[in-house]
Amino acid sequence: MSVFEGFKFRKVSSVIHTLDPRVKFFFVCILFVMAIMFTQLLALAVLFFIPLPFVFMARVNRQWLRSLRGAALLAIFIFATNFIIGYFYPSSSIPNVDGAIDTPMEYFALFERAAAMTLRFIVLIASFSVFFLTTSPDHLGLALQQSHIPYEFCFAFTTAVRFVPVLADEAQTIMDAQKARGLELESGNIIKRIRNYIPILIPLIVNAIRRSLELAEAMESRAWGASDKRTNLYKLNLKRADIILVIISVLMLTLALYLWLYNIYVPSLTSLLFA
Amino acid sequence: MIEVKDLHFSYPTGLEALKGINLTVEDGEFLAIMGQNGAGKTTLVKHFNGLLKPTTGEVLVNGTSTKDISVAKLARNVGFVFQNPDHQLFSESVEDEIAFALKNFGFEEETIKKQVDWALNLLDIEHYRKTSPFMLSGGERKRVALASILAWDPQVIVMDEPTIGQDHQQKEKLQQFIMQLNSQRKTVVVVTHDVEFVAECNPRVILMSQGKILVTGKAEEVLTNPKLVAQASIVPPQITQIFLKLADLGLPTDVIDVHEATKILLEHLRRRK
Amino acid sequence: MAVIETKDLTYTYPGATKPSIQDVSVTINKGDFVILTGPSGCGKTTLCRTFNGLVPHFYNGILEGEITVAGLKVADHKIHELARHVGLVFQNPENQLFALSVEKDVAFGLENSAMPRDEMRKRVDWALQMAGISELSERPPHELSGGQQQRVAIASVLSMQPDIMVLDEPTSFLDPVGAEKIFKVINDLNKKLGITIIIVEHRMDLAAKYANKVIVMNEGTVTLTGTPRDIFTSEKARLIGVGIPKATKLYQHLKRQGVTLNNVPVTTEETANLLLEMLKHD
Repeated sequence: MSVFEGFKFRKVSSVIHTLDPRVKFFFVCILFVMAIMFTQLLALAVLFFIPLPFVFMARVNRQWLRSLRGAALLAIFIFATNFIIGYFYPSSSIPNVDGAIDTPMEYFALFERAAAMTLRFIVLIASFSVFFLTTSPDHLGLALQQSHIPYEFCFAFTTAVRFVPVLADEAQTIMDAQKARGLELESGNIIKRIRNYIPILIPLIVNAIRRSLELAEAMESRAWGASDKRTNLYKLNLKRADIILVIISVLMLTLALYLWLYNIYVPSLTSLLFA
Repeated sequence: MIEVKDLHFSYPTGLEALKGINLTVEDGEFLAIMGQNGAGKTTLVKHFNGLLKPTTGEVLVNGTSTKDISVAKLARNVGFVFQNPDHQLFSESVEDEIAFALKNFGFEEETIKKQVDWALNLLDIEHYRKTSPFMLSGGERKRVALASILAWDPQVIVMDEPTIGQDHQQKEKLQQFIMQLNSQRKTVVVVTHDVEFVAECNPRVILMSQGKILVTGKAEEVLTNPKLVAQASIVPPQITQIFLKLADLGLPTDVIDVHEATKILLEHLRRRK
Repeated sequence: MAVIETKDLTYTYPGATKPSIQDVSVTINKGDFVILTGPSGCGKTTLCRTFNGLVPHFYNGILEGEITVAGLKVADHKIHELARHVGLVFQNPENQLFALSVEKDVAFGLENSAMPRDEMRKRVDWALQMAGISELSERPPHELSGGQQQRVAIASVLSMQPDIMVLDEPTSFLDPVGAEKIFKVINDLNKKLGITIIIVEHRMDLAAKYANKVIVMNEGTVTLTGTPRDIFTSEKARLIGVGIPKATKLYQHLKRQGVTLNNVPVTTEETANLLLEMLKHD
C-alpha cells in the first residue's frame, strides 16, 4: 500500500516537524482554498510549487513522491473525465468557443483545462501529504485537544493510531494461523475468496472487542473521569517559526483574494502560446 | 524429517533474525527450542511449515524444499499450534472449529466425522461439542485450538509457548499429553522459555541466542552449563541452581531432576557415614 | 494495620448462575507482599478487581458482604476515587498502554486527576526512574519489549502514588529474565516505598522469595492462608494444584527418605545453604 506511505508520519528532526500542527493545518487549508479559487493552469502550477520547499526542509522527498505516485491513477482518471466531457460539451469549460473543438488552439485549451483540474487535485494531495508526513499523531492529538475538541474524541484518535501497528501485526498472525490450517487465501473465484476471509475477520473483530474491554478496565483503574478539567503533560506553544508561517499564509490568502475579487487577469498557457 | 541448511532470514524491515542455522529434526523426536525473547525461536519454527521462506539457505521437509510448496500443503504434515488460541477460533461450535482444517484439506465427510470425534475425545472436550468456542474459558479454548490442529493427525507438531498463562495442573496435563504424543512416534517441537517444564520432560534442547544456535544436546547437558545459559539469557532449573552452589563438595552439577537430585544426595550422605 | 479487609465477600457477575467468589474473608496489612494463587477459574482475578472497585462498579453484578480498602468502603466509592489508593496492573502489557509515548502513558492517571503540569512532570520522571525506564520516556509502546511495556504499566500506576498495588499475573507473557526484572521492581516498591503488594501468580518459584503471605483460592473460596513456607509444605495446597517450587520439593523428597534439613526452604539459596549446613556438619 505504497500510497499510504506518503501519508505516514516519519520522525525526522526538522523545523517543519516542530511547527505547531494547527498552524500547518491552517496553511494547508489556505492552499486548498486558493486551489479552488483559481482555474488557470499557471496559477495552480504556482500553488503546486509552494509545498516543495517544505518537502525539502522536512527531508521527506521520497515519501512525498510516493503520495503523488499513489494519486497518479486517480489523477489520470480526473484528466480523462475532464477532457472527454470538455470535448463533447466544449462551452462548459472553454471560453470563447463556438460549436465543436476543431482548431489546434482549441484542443490545447481543452488540454490545459483538464490539466488544471488534475493539478488542483494534485495540489490537494501534495499539501495534505506534507502535513501528515511531518505531523506526529500525538502532536496532532494534542492540537485537537488544544483546539477545544472534546477529550473523548482526541483520545479515541490517538489510541486508534497507537493500535494500528498492533492490529496490523495481529491480522498477519491470524492469517498465518489459518494458513497453517490449510486455508488458501490466494486461490478460487471472487466469492470463494471473500468467504475465505471470514476466518480472518472474525478473530480480528472478536480480539478487537476483547482488547477494548481490557483498555477500558485499564482506563478506569487510572482514574478516568476523575475530573472534568483534564490537564496535559504537554502544551503546544506558538514559536517564532509558527508566527512566520501564519503570516505567510495570511499574505498568500490576501494576494489570492485580491486577484480573485478584482478579477485580475491571469494568463492562460494557451493564450501565451497561440496569441 | 526436517532439515535446515545454512538458513539465513531477514524480515522485510531489514532485521536479520536468523544468521546461519543448521539443524535436523528426526522423525519421532521431542525437541525444545529455548532462548530469550527475540533470539529467533519462533522465526525458526515458522520455516518448518513454510509461513516464512528462507532469505538464503533452505529448509527441507521430508526431502522437499519449502520454497516449492504452499503453506497449506506443508501444513498437512506439520501442525502449528499458535501461542494464542484466540488468533484462530472463529466457528459457531467446537465441532465446526475442529472440522475446519479437515475440510480445507479435502477429507471426505466420513473421515471428517471420525477425526472430529477422535480429537474431541483426545482432549477431553466431547461435552463441548456443540458449544461456541467463545463461551469457553481460556484453558478450554487452548484445548480446542490444540484439538483442531491434531485433528488431521500431522506427523510433526510445533507448539509455540504452550505453557504461557497455564496454571500448574494444566502444565502437568500438557506435559503428559506431549509425552503421549511422542510415544506415538509423533515429532514434537516446543518453543518455550519455561525451564522447569523442559527440565521435567528432558527432551533434546536447542539453545538459541541472537539468531544463532549456541548449542544442542540433551536438556541435562545444555541447561546445566552456566556459561551457555548465561549467554542465552535464560535461568537454569532450580535443582541445577542448587547443585551449582554445592559444586565445592564434589557433587555433580549436571542435575535437573528432583528425583535424581534426591538419589545423589542420599548416596553422598551414605558414603560419608 | 489493615489496608484491605473483606468479610464474607460474595460476587456474581451479571447473568451468571453462581458466584465467582464466595464468602471471602481476608485481611491484608500495610507493607504486606501477598501472593494470590490457585488453579484457573478459582476467582483470584475477580477478587483482584474488587480491590479497586472494577467489581462491582465496572462489571455491575451483585456484590454481597463487606470490603474496605484504604479505609474506604468499595461499594460506596467510585473507581476513580479508589484509584488514588489502589493501582491495578493487568496481565497483558499491550492492552494497558494507550498513548504514543511512554511518558504520556505514565502521566495518564495524573492528567485524569487534573494535576498541574509542573507537579506532573516531577511525578512522571520519578515514576520512570523507580521502574528503571527513564531512558525510554519518549519511545512509543509498540517498539518496546513485553518486559519494558510491563514496566511502563507499573510506572503508570506508580505515578499516582497508591498505597496498594495489585498485579494480575504481570509476568505471564514475559521470559524468566524479564519476569525477574519485574519482580525486582515490585520488590523495591514494597521494601523501599512501603507499598502494599498483592500479586496474582502461578509461578511460585519466581515469586516466593519476595512474599510474606500467600492466599490460596479454589472454586471461589479462600482455602488456605499462610507464609510461603506454610503453603509449600501443605498437602492441601499440593492437592489443589499449587505449583510447589523444586527447591521445596527437594526438601520434601529428602524428608520422605528420612533426611530432614534444619528448616523448610522456599528459595534455591535457602535449600543450598541448608544442604551445605547439613553436609558440612558430618
